[in-house]
Amino acid sequence: MIEVKDLHKGFNGVEVLKGISTNFLAGKTNLIIGQSGSGKTVFLKSLIGLHVPEKGTISFDGRINTAFSEQEKMQWRQEIGMVFQGSALFDSQTVEENVMFPLKMFTKKKQSEMLDRVNTVLKRVNLENSNKKLPAELSGGMQKRVAIARAIVMNPKYLFCDEPNSGLDPQTAIVIDNLIQEITEEYKITTVINTHDMNSVIEIGEKIVFLNKGVKAWEGTNKDIFSTDNEAVVSFVYSSNLLKKVRDVYLNETK
Amino acid sequence: MTYLEHVGKYFVMLGRVFKMPQKPLIFYQALLKEIEDLGLKSLGIIMFISFFIGGVISLQTALNLDSPFIPDSLIGFAAKRSIILEFAPTFCSIILAGKVGSYITSSLGTMRVTEQIDALEVMGINSLNLLVLPKIIAALFFYPFLILLAMCLGIFGGWVAGVLSGLFTGADYIIGLQTDFDPFLIVYALTKTLIFSFIIATVPSYHGYYVKGGSIAVGRASTQAVVWTTILIVVANYILTQLLLT
Repeated sequence: MIEVKDLHKGFNGVEVLKGISTNFLAGKTNLIIGQSGSGKTVFLKSLIGLHVPEKGTISFDGRINTAFSEQEKMQWRQEIGMVFQGSALFDSQTVEENVMFPLKMFTKKKQSEMLDRVNTVLKRVNLENSNKKLPAELSGGMQKRVAIARAIVMNPKYLFCDEPNSGLDPQTAIVIDNLIQEITEEYKITTVINTHDMNSVIEIGEKIVFLNKGVKAWEGTNKDIFSTDNEAVVSFVYSSNLLKKVRDVYLNETK
Repeated sequence: MTYLEHVGKYFVMLGRVFKMPQKPLIFYQALLKEIEDLGLKSLGIIMFISFFIGGVISLQTALNLDSPFIPDSLIGFAAKRSIILEFAPTFCSIILAGKVGSYITSSLGTMRVTEQIDALEVMGINSLNLLVLPKIIAALFFYPFLILLAMCLGIFGGWVAGVLSGLFTGADYIIGLQTDFDPFLIVYALTKTLIFSFIIATVPSYHGYYVKGGSIAVGRASTQAVVWTTILIVVANYILTQLLLT
């Protein structure tokens, strides 16, 4: 489990995260949602150690990441997989080289063993026969799948995804959501996804944390989100007429 | 940010760059790639410019020495001194600052804005060590050879210009080259080259690595990198000349 206590982070005197306390369930798909500018990305980057919190703690299965020694930090980093919003693939490397990169850096496996592992994860994300392609030759959805393959190649304990389906068509977005959820269940990873895709919220959000203006305004499950009367959540999640109708139908059926 | 903060941040960056590589094999592969990108791919422009500038230096010297009391061998002597002392190390380094500096800044800047550097950091990789150290070593290793080549081609260009124009004979030019040859000139030129190579590799890396924003910020950083690299080369040239030749 990832536990966050009283997390504060600001830039140039402007406080972005104002004392967030929450936890993310082990082996489940956890979502962080909120409007643009609500602090989601800063929160996610603080969780993965790219931003150092000004105050507060983040613990990973009881280990506080700000108290790590250099060696513990290296070990912890290898337990983390990250899927960036723009995929962040190394554009001078092929798909195979991108996915193999963490293995080359941190393992002493033979080339053939690394290649086997790369092929296994590429098959898992349904990307066989693309090993020799460069990222520029792939579609947005395929790039996301390569990014997921790279993130899981080291068998991480924790998977973080920053808006994994932004810029994708609805069908591909669902494919990516389902893939992340399947991988979370299959590998028993603790997954934290930063999103404002409402389909993801309803479909895969086993735990949802709603941020509003740098504070945690609500948390619950994808079932709770239909019945909540939290005004900020309702106005954000049900901003479209379609989702309002979906909510009405759900509430009528569960009465 | 004040200039002092930039200077401080630059030295903090160097502190992170000069660490033992985490994986020697990957570092070695990166080094070979940088030698190709920063060195071999600059051969053409340096060879082309050196040859023609050498020719122009000789022609200009010949055209401006019209006294019958000055021997023609002085043209070769003057061309040799100006090419070895200033043209090859300083002028070529300024050309490299433009060509290689903008390449380094834009490639690192693009990696920054597309979160590729963040991806390395999340994996637990010292991104500065992985991305910048090979550039520094490649520049320090390759540019002295490039500058020696520029010297040879510049001097050869001067000889060709004289022979083709008929302004002086090849024999006079060669006598001038051999007159009062001091090997320390080469040492001086190569010492300057090493300092300039370090500046060419590190200043653009600093501008690229810490870029914030999008494509316009990367473009702006590239321009700033070339400007600052050129300024630092010129200032370092003055200081080194003062230290080594006076």
